[in-house]
Amino acid sequence: MTDEAIQFKLDGETITVPRGATLLDAAEAAGVDIPVICYHEATSPNGLCRICVVDVDGGRVLQPACVAECQADTRVETRNERVLRSRRTILEMLNASVNLEQAPEIQQMMADYEADDSRFPDARLREAEVIDDNPFYVRDYEQCVLCWRCVQVCAEDAQFTFALTLKNRGHETSVATAFDIGMTESPCVFCGQCVGVCPTGALKPKVEWGMEQGWDADELRRSTRRPRKRKDGARRGDS
Amino acid sequence: MSTTSDLDAVLDTYHGRGREALLPALWDVQGALGSISPEHVHQISHLLRVPEADIYGVIGFYTLFHEEATGRRIIRVCADPTCALAGADEVLHGVCARLGIDEGETNADAEYTVEHSPCLGLCDYAPAALVSERGQPDKSLPRVTAESLLGEWDDAYFTPAGDADSVLLNDSLAAAPQTLSQYGDYAALRKALSEMTPDEVIAAVEASGLIGRGGAAFPTGLKWKFTRAAPGAVKYVVCNADESEPGTFKDRVLMEHRPHLLLEGIALAAFSVGAGKAYIFIRGEYPKATAILADAIREAEAQGLLGANIMGGGFALDIEIRRGAGAYICGEETALFEAIEGKRGFPRMKPPYPTTYGLFGQPTAANNVETLCAAPLIINRGADWFKRIGTDGSAGPKLVSVSGHVGRPGVYEIEPGITLRHFLDKVCGGVIGQLQTVLMGGAAGTFLLPDEIDVKLTFEDLRAAGSTFGSGAIMVFNQTTDLPDLLLRLGRFFQHESCGKCFPCQLGTQRQVEILQRLPAPQAGDRERLLDVGMTMTEASLCGLGHTAGIAVMSAMEKFPLLFQANGRQHD
Repeated sequence: MTDEAIQFKLDGETITVPRGATLLDAAEAAGVDIPVICYHEATSPNGLCRICVVDVDGGRVLQPACVAECQADTRVETRNERVLRSRRTILEMLNASVNLEQAPEIQQMMADYEADDSRFPDARLREAEVIDDNPFYVRDYEQCVLCWRCVQVCAEDAQFTFALTLKNRGHETSVATAFDIGMTESPCVFCGQCVGVCPTGALKPKVEWGMEQGWDADELRRSTRRPRKRKDGARRGDS
Repeated sequence: MSTTSDLDAVLDTYHGRGREALLPALWDVQGALGSISPEHVHQISHLLRVPEADIYGVIGFYTLFHEEATGRRIIRVCADPTCALAGADEVLHGVCARLGIDEGETNADAEYTVEHSPCLGLCDYAPAALVSERGQPDKSLPRVTAESLLGEWDDAYFTPAGDADSVLLNDSLAAAPQTLSQYGDYAALRKALSEMTPDEVIAAVEASGLIGRGGAAFPTGLKWKFTRAAPGAVKYVVCNADESEPGTFKDRVLMEHRPHLLLEGIALAAFSVGAGKAYIFIRGEYPKATAILADAIREAEAQGLLGANIMGGGFALDIEIRRGAGAYICGEETALFEAIEGKRGFPRMKPPYPTTYGLFGQPTAANNVETLCAAPLIINRGADWFKRIGTDGSAGPKLVSVSGHVGRPGVYEIEPGITLRHFLDKVCGGVIGQLQTVLMGGAAGTFLLPDEIDVKLTFEDLRAAGSTFGSGAIMVFNQTTDLPDLLLRLGRFFQHESCGKCFPCQLGTQRQVEILQRLPAPQAGDRERLLDVGMTMTEASLCGLGHTAGIAVMSAMEKFPLLFQANGRQHD
């Protein structure tokens, strides 16, 4: 990035930005709202949710504003018919696969883009049992939108712990530990960063979850106690 | 049978290597043990310094890797359109019935596991199957029946290969791969090394008008020029041999019959861009072509035509074969790089483009098999010769793969500019029965109606007609073809092959199948749903797979509107 400035049109208004600025940066500076789901300032952008797509010069495909750099003398439209159709359809398709009850930001987007919450009848919901395998947090992958943030902060974006991965592929992708081992058997150090970056209720502090379940104080205390360290100091894989 | 100690010896050879060796190591483990256990993931993790969770993620991404025990023999029967026409479902069900299992299961004595498979590239010998022994793809089988799959195999097949003046494939080729002595001693490479500079080779390829044969139709000379000009001391050539587009099998035929033509093409590309290392990334479902190429590399190295100090001229090139493990997405070049790097085959965002930031982050020229095979012809015979064949926009001989309801399915070398009608009537033996439609360009292609087949077979004419040449797949369907079934198979193909990275494709390929399952009795609103899903995948997806995953369905909506009308049925 240099100090050089470029100009382009954002929704008809000429704006000036430093070269190298993303369309999302430019829109934010100009007060234009572009929705994001996977994007988080603490994680490397992957441009995968595509909810932030915008139309650049009527190009063959739309561009993800979170990673696409502003180009001089282009015309960018953030709310034309193509953009609105893609955003609305992505939300409707997502809502058909994922339980979004505890994702208020995405619900607000559904309202903003007039997404029909029963657009796709007989759709396959990615059902999952809540995984309660450690004293610190629970995992409810029925609420997971596959933004990848938890996997990223567990790996090179923050903690370098590598407890998490993505398994399977396509619509059946899910976040998992190696061979689905319990979190206490995994390399997880319970830093909590995954819970912090989760945009839905998929990752939740154990206390919060216990309170939702109506646990009393004793039960909360009992179930969130740290596991005792093994005296022999053995690790998984040692024999 | 291999043992664990044999495996230890094999894995010992990986010491000092890193993540890039992951797919080869997983293949070796699976070959020794039939599947990949947590203990071996642990072992590989330490050996290659890759987190166990990442290895587990990689195993789950590629359908030919197994974390759970399978039968000693895995039979995979193709479920894609051409094989379906030829009775593949009946074969699959017949095998399952004889073994007393359901699809996807292993029989009681763990002898067999039976599954369906995406296109195996044997569409001219439909129905096709792939048999794996102890986790390793072993034999591609033509024209299978339930009896033959569980009894004696006949794995012999030979693809018709153009006429006498064809240059890529012609009738003089025997069923066996062309040997080095039959092919010649790499005269084009010799000419390039002794008489030409890399820039002159690139200039010749540019002047020839050669454009990529993999589907994206990018000018090859320009790609080489960008790669050569990109800053970086280390550069790569990657041969994309991950041919997986349903209905496409021309690259398989080239590799099985003309391995040295391909190797010489790779060497020319490497000399041009300044690469000392090239990879051939070949789909795991092509065991025969893989073995033939490995033999050909050894043969050429032994003659000093590849390897260190080629022809005594100082140019060195190491060509390494990398096997894919069951993922159509790895035909997307950046996903292919990720696979070679030992990762899940997720496509990367572009820019940056491979010519500046490709394999291992270095400038990379990634070219299709057929594209690379054209290079020696251009250097030997001249750019003018190449350019005179075909049209300005589609220079040079072009291979097409034709399958379905035609007299002689196979691979044909055509001069671009002939019409589809001429090709069907005069070249490939005519349509069997009454033509209903042609699917042009594979699963990601578009439908042509009987009154549209006067279109010329060129990149530019097909584009102007709203269609695509794509990878050169021509799938022909007569009036007996069940179109809703055909569309559902195309939909299931993309649902199975979507990598799951970007939301439009991950979700859209699933929603598309759910709607297609309702044909031929769609619900009110299904037409609009399919259009929104298709357009969102086309316009908002991250890579070419998503951009094209709805194209055939949207084309069918345009060409066969009655199919999608709620409360209406197609009559014809």
